[in-house]
Amino acid sequence: MAKVTYIKGKEPHKLEKRLIFRNVDRKGWDPSISKYLSDGGYKALRKALRKKPAEITDEVKRSGLRGRGGAGFPTGVKWGFIQPGNKKPVYLICNCDESEPGTFKDRYIVHQDPHQLIEGMVISCFAVGAEIAYIYIREEFPEAARIVENAIKEATKEGFLGKNICGTKFNCEFYVHRGAGAYICGEETGLIESLEGKRPYPRIKPPYFPAAMGLYMCPTIVNNVETLCHVKHIIEMGGEKYADIGMPRNTGTRILCVSGDVQKPGYYEVEVGKMTMGELLNDVCGGPLKGRKFKAVIPGGSSAKILRCSDTYNVACPPETEKRDISFEEIPLDFDTMAACGSMAGSGGVIVMDDSRRMSWVLNNINEFYAHESCGQCTPCREGSTWMKKITARLVAGEASPDDLDTLESVAYQIDGRTICAFGEACAWPVESMIEKFRDELLAETVEGNAHSPRNAEQEAQRRYLKDAVAYADKP
Amino acid sequence: MSHSILTEQVTSQQTSGTRHHAPFDVTEKIEQEANLRIQQYPEDQKRSAVLPLLHIVQSEFGFISPEAIEWVATKLELNPIKVEEVVTFYPGLRQHAPGKYHIRVCRTLSCAMGGSYELMDKICELAGIDRSQSSHHNPVAVSPCGTWSVEFAECLASCGTAPVCLVNDDFHENLPAAKAPQLLETYR
Repeated sequence: MAKVTYIKGKEPHKLEKRLIFRNVDRKGWDPSISKYLSDGGYKALRKALRKKPAEITDEVKRSGLRGRGGAGFPTGVKWGFIQPGNKKPVYLICNCDESEPGTFKDRYIVHQDPHQLIEGMVISCFAVGAEIAYIYIREEFPEAARIVENAIKEATKEGFLGKNICGTKFNCEFYVHRGAGAYICGEETGLIESLEGKRPYPRIKPPYFPAAMGLYMCPTIVNNVETLCHVKHIIEMGGEKYADIGMPRNTGTRILCVSGDVQKPGYYEVEVGKMTMGELLNDVCGGPLKGRKFKAVIPGGSSAKILRCSDTYNVACPPETEKRDISFEEIPLDFDTMAACGSMAGSGGVIVMDDSRRMSWVLNNINEFYAHESCGQCTPCREGSTWMKKITARLVAGEASPDDLDTLESVAYQIDGRTICAFGEACAWPVESMIEKFRDELLAETVEGNAHSPRNAEQEAQRRYLKDAVAYADKP
Repeated sequence: MSHSILTEQVTSQQTSGTRHHAPFDVTEKIEQEANLRIQQYPEDQKRSAVLPLLHIVQSEFGFISPEAIEWVATKLELNPIKVEEVVTFYPGLRQHAPGKYHIRVCRTLSCAMGGSYELMDKICELAGIDRSQSSHHNPVAVSPCGTWSVEFAECLASCGTAPVCLVNDDFHENLPAAKAPQLLETYR
């Protein structure tokens, strides 16, 4: 393969390992199929079509690939959930509803390298036996929808999609389905409902596991864009060799998206677990802004629990198995250690805050997002997310009382674990962790009795009415 | 439409942006596009084409009117309420006319840290837009001339180049408030 050079100023950092993002910001590159073919494109597909579908699934299992959408579930295992002997049509859905705040990796794949995704998807369709696949693209990517639709046309023309792919008996068709701006469509069962033309209310699991009862009640596999791209590379290099990249149980590369208060925010593809938080933030991203210090980091999209930069963490760093105290900078960026540190690697969206940030303001911004995006199906989430927003809005405005924090915390813990989908955790975790880590800072912004003070004429009237009512009730 | 509650729910109000959009009409173009989209789904699953058809309407006429909902429902052999429930759910679907250029500024954390609230304020100041009446159910505010409208969007997935915004289908990144005059100049 040709040596890759990159656009000036957009060269990858030397600590990066570009696999999925190999062609992102590449000099002279465009999303056309001719460029992709001249670079050895669709060879992995030909290789895959010579294997049996089950062999591909085994290869993906051997690779140890874990889903890159947020949950980190093993991809090969997910594929294996389709019941043997199934007679219904199987669907594959590519989840390109990228909308977890802090995450912006799929954007670059679909805009700059759509054929990598299509190749990974055709291979995956062949493995799971799907003859129809939908690419669910969020509405806010109109350009990407056009690029991907064009890429589908090109691939069909070249015989990589449609009937008798590459001269085999395998048929497969792809369609783009655009969302309409709802975060909940990133949840796989919500996405399926949306694709069926309904409100995207997530389905309860069990029994509605997509691999058993998915789109149109048929077996369905939903995978993230980045995950499907990895499949192409697994076939290219073989599952075992792929598993050598990264760390055992946390294999391959992953794209970390860094935003917020760092010198060089951006996307960086690294071997999973081979880089530490300190290396990422200080070496790759150039450290904090001038005169500032890192205060807190959300490591895996806004629903991940926040980590305080001054804390020490008692965890085992692979390949070590013994726990020891490590600093924030020493945390290796893999799924398991991040979970042991009390957060999650999630979607790879790293949001950095320095000492200029008020945590109440940060939390209120996050709460506004979740209050806006709750689908409203489950009461704890619909009501709770709105109440949490109201309380933090009061906190930011300097109108909160100390016991508001207890109320906030109790609302969060009443959502967590009591909803149909993981949105409940997604909106509760930021609140729970923020109060745990920054209680003193938040408390300092409150005043005893403050929340009860009337702020306008209406509240004043309410208060007078209540006072009179109490006085009346107290009368003997 | 005969049912009164629904009529009230789906009425599209006149805005200063209305004159920039053609009134809904079943043209040859949208018929053809719709038929193509319907073919993407199994024959007995026409309902799946609700979003694609609504997108066709919105990109052609700027917003989704009651007549458009009727048309989509008829096309897909659905009761209009099944279309209406979708229209009222998604933030990306509008029931009232936006401006000629609809600006969606990202409001979420990384963009907010990068100055998206300041960007929004600046755009409103320059375009003479009053956002005080905007709410969760009616998030779009239109300029008096109808040329621009604004709305806060939740995470546009480009946090590394904050603040960002979408103007109709065009994406703009690294856009501090100071660049707002330039942005409005581009779209006139």
